[in-house]
Amino acid sequence: MLLFAIRRLAGAVPVLVVVAAVVFTLMQFAPGDAVSMLISDEASDADKARIREAWGLDDPPLTQFLNFLGNAVTGDFGTSFKYKMPVMELVLERLPATIELALAATLVAVVIGIPLGVLAAARPGSFWDSFTSTFSFAGISMPNFWIGILLILLFAGHWHLLPSGGRAPWGMGLETMTGFLLLDALLQGRMDAFWGALKHLALPALVLGTNMTGIITQLTRASVQEALREDYVMTARAKGLGGMRILWRHAFRNALVGVVTIIGLEFGALLSGAMIVETVFAWPGIGSLLIQGISSRDYPLIIGLVLIYTAIFILVNLLIDLLYTLIDPRIRIN
Amino acid sequence: MTMTTGNSIPAGPSQWQRFRRSYRHLSGFKAGFGLTTVAALLVMGLFSPWLAPHPPNAQDLMVAMMPPDWTGPNVLGTDHVGRDILSRIIYGSRVSLIIALSVALFASVVGVALGVVAGYFGGRIDSAIQKVVEIFWSFPPLMLAIAIVAFVGQGLAIVIIALTAQRWIPYCRVTRAEAMALRDREFIMAARTLGASDGFIIRHHVLPNVTLSIIVMTSFAMANAIIAESSLSFLGLGVPPSIPTWGGMLSDSRAYISSAWWMALFPGLAIFLTVLGLNLLGDALRNQFDPKLKSH
Repeated sequence: MLLFAIRRLAGAVPVLVVVAAVVFTLMQFAPGDAVSMLISDEASDADKARIREAWGLDDPPLTQFLNFLGNAVTGDFGTSFKYKMPVMELVLERLPATIELALAATLVAVVIGIPLGVLAAARPGSFWDSFTSTFSFAGISMPNFWIGILLILLFAGHWHLLPSGGRAPWGMGLETMTGFLLLDALLQGRMDAFWGALKHLALPALVLGTNMTGIITQLTRASVQEALREDYVMTARAKGLGGMRILWRHAFRNALVGVVTIIGLEFGALLSGAMIVETVFAWPGIGSLLIQGISSRDYPLIIGLVLIYTAIFILVNLLIDLLYTLIDPRIRIN
Repeated sequence: MTMTTGNSIPAGPSQWQRFRRSYRHLSGFKAGFGLTTVAALLVMGLFSPWLAPHPPNAQDLMVAMMPPDWTGPNVLGTDHVGRDILSRIIYGSRVSLIIALSVALFASVVGVALGVVAGYFGGRIDSAIQKVVEIFWSFPPLMLAIAIVAFVGQGLAIVIIALTAQRWIPYCRVTRAEAMALRDREFIMAARTLGASDGFIIRHHVLPNVTLSIIVMTSFAMANAIIAESSLSFLGLGVPPSIPTWGGMLSDSRAYISSAWWMALFPGLAIFLTVLGLNLLGDALRNQFDPKLKSH
């Protein structure tokens, strides 16, 4: 198992290097000059040249790439043009917010999607099944920025129940320990802060989880239905086990491998979805950071974030592969 | 599926038939809804100038932010600079239509060509193509498109290239698997024995056998392209803002969320219904043609 994990990790390295090369090549197409984004137009040409020199912008692309790669290995993605801070520092500061949001969205999707899918599979063709099918297709087809805007309109604008954006109320005075606000609040025993953070998290998590809910519902339904056709289900029925017990203990458990796979794959999609949801809700994560970086042509920030995003995506997929073996011992690693 | 029913006595034939019947009804509804959506999108896109009551970019600050009025000149209301929402939705369908069709076309051509070649020939060609797939597959969804648009710039052509870059993969994976399975089938071996060239076999035996999967995937690819394009436009990374798009309209609506709900509701509804229709159509086609595809 450990060997498998190490081998998979090692296999991801060349992929990441090529991904870096692809992104770096794309950057060469970038219109405009990064320097002109940085300093005012009144700066003299000599000043501009000095800055180009300092940033290494005059080196040949290959040299720039190798320098970048060498630094990236040590976690140094350069300095953000806009924030004048190391990219890595910016990312680490904002990463917990994105992870917190993505985990909460996953929780929403699992809690809604799995029971819906299992129950639909238990009664194929019923009203409940049609409802679930419609519901899941609606979930998959809704653009999440649209649901986000509509929910803000209703919950924040109309009913004033939940905040329209941000991650926590101002001046909460919570000490940063892990960066995960809910966890920090619990660790410090601040239930007021926990509640405040939860209220801010509710809408973005629901919105981000919508598509995943639809997908999990469909996949759970399909896998449980397939499992229900297996011989062991007939055996269990012949033994006289109750319907619910067969459904959950036998069919659902065997369908779990497929469900976990899709949760893992969709977690990657959540990271992309987070860019949009974070922008809608002014959530201070790495997704909104990337979008801001793009609009201000903050190239070091963009390339660093694209790579970090991709690395996380690859890592999550690796973790899913490892999880399989825990859920289903029949899967042999080779 | 039907093979196992002969043995499964407990389920009972009548129950099974009931299940099949209701399932077929649902499938029929899905296909109907999906085809209607596609037809509506085509009509809206092709005949925008005749259907739209106003020019899409005609501004009139005197009528800015008018609420929907079913009997007035602006049925779905107007936006912050007095442009007619309905007209912009009708014209906005053009970008969605162009993007969906082009992305589906280019992605299927690239993906199917590589997938069939990889699956049919196998060996080194296959592993080389698989390496390329692995690289593209490593980007989180939409990330490659965002990176391309962020660096190369905005515009219809670039958005199409960016979305194609992420969408050819499913075509490649599915057709590779199918071509691989076909390669050792008797009729293909027979053709080879009779002296048919690889090119002939691929054109006359492999491609016709993967067509159904391609049709099903195209429906989903179009749905995906419309969502992706509107996401890019919403983020301000899509086509230039002078062209009306559904995502761009939603982006505009954000600043007026509390005062003009119609600016957000209707363009989003257009995206939702179109994507829902294409997804349902894809699902109906999949059930019709090949239940096995479900695993992809």
